[in-house]
Amino acid sequence: MAMIQQSGTEEVHPDVLLVERAKQGDVAAFEKLVKQYDRQVFRIANHITQNREDAEDVVQDAFLKAFQKLDQFQGNSKFYTWLVRIAVNESLMRLRKRRTGKMVSIDEDVQTEDGAMPRDLADWSPDPEALYGQSEMAEILKKTIQGLPEGFRVVFVLRDVEGLSTEETADTLGLSVPAVKSRLLRARLQLRERLAKYFRKDGKNGGGK
Amino acid sequence: MTCTEFLAQLDELIDDEATASLRADLEQHLRECEHCEITLNTTRTTIQIYRSHEIYELPEGVRIRLEQAIMAKCRKC
Repeated sequence: MAMIQQSGTEEVHPDVLLVERAKQGDVAAFEKLVKQYDRQVFRIANHITQNREDAEDVVQDAFLKAFQKLDQFQGNSKFYTWLVRIAVNESLMRLRKRRTGKMVSIDEDVQTEDGAMPRDLADWSPDPEALYGQSEMAEILKKTIQGLPEGFRVVFVLRDVEGLSTEETADTLGLSVPAVKSRLLRARLQLRERLAKYFRKDGKNGGGK
Repeated sequence: MTCTEFLAQLDELIDDEATASLRADLEQHLRECEHCEITLNTTRTTIQIYRSHEIYELPEGVRIRLEQAIMAKCRKC
């Protein structure tokens, strides 16, 4: 993203200027931030809540909360990362409401067999995307990622889909950097494993092994 | 290097964070192990496919409605 050169050598992210204007009551400046990031917030909220209506509510609530709390935004992190943190918290709250009685936490240590996971060793088709139509592919990807444990899914989405750094992901979720790294590796390997049955070279076989 | 040791450090290759000596070790293992080479390549493909597909698209009509609702609430703050 383009940076604006300030008087010194320091570069300032364009969002910082919009946030400054919004803090002074410029609602149009905040609207630009909404338009810039609403799709991403919607995606993240959908991945966590797995419910479209909840995701729409999260978009509204997260931006409103961000607007109300703008004074607390210090500018030492990116506005986007700060916004994502609010959106993740709102999403988890929605999820808890839907699953009353069931614990929802991304902090719990997700236990899996370490390194002992069986591997699908078949090579994939050189162009997996050509095997399925657009909507069929979207369904496969959705179904596959929904099967991941919550704590893995959110790390994969922030890090690999939304492009946050490991440190930003850790900061956003209140996890340590090693915890993020460990979950990311497991998430990637589990997704690969689950997608293998759709994308392997011996052709699509309706999802069976 | 065993396959388990390789897999534990797979992300160092994918995220290009391996030190020169670790990279050399990992690449040496790759030359000798087809299974790990497939795992590396297909894991990269997995990430790339998830990155390039919009699974949860926000339809333009819904987007406009949400933006209007957000801004109406902000103006009342």
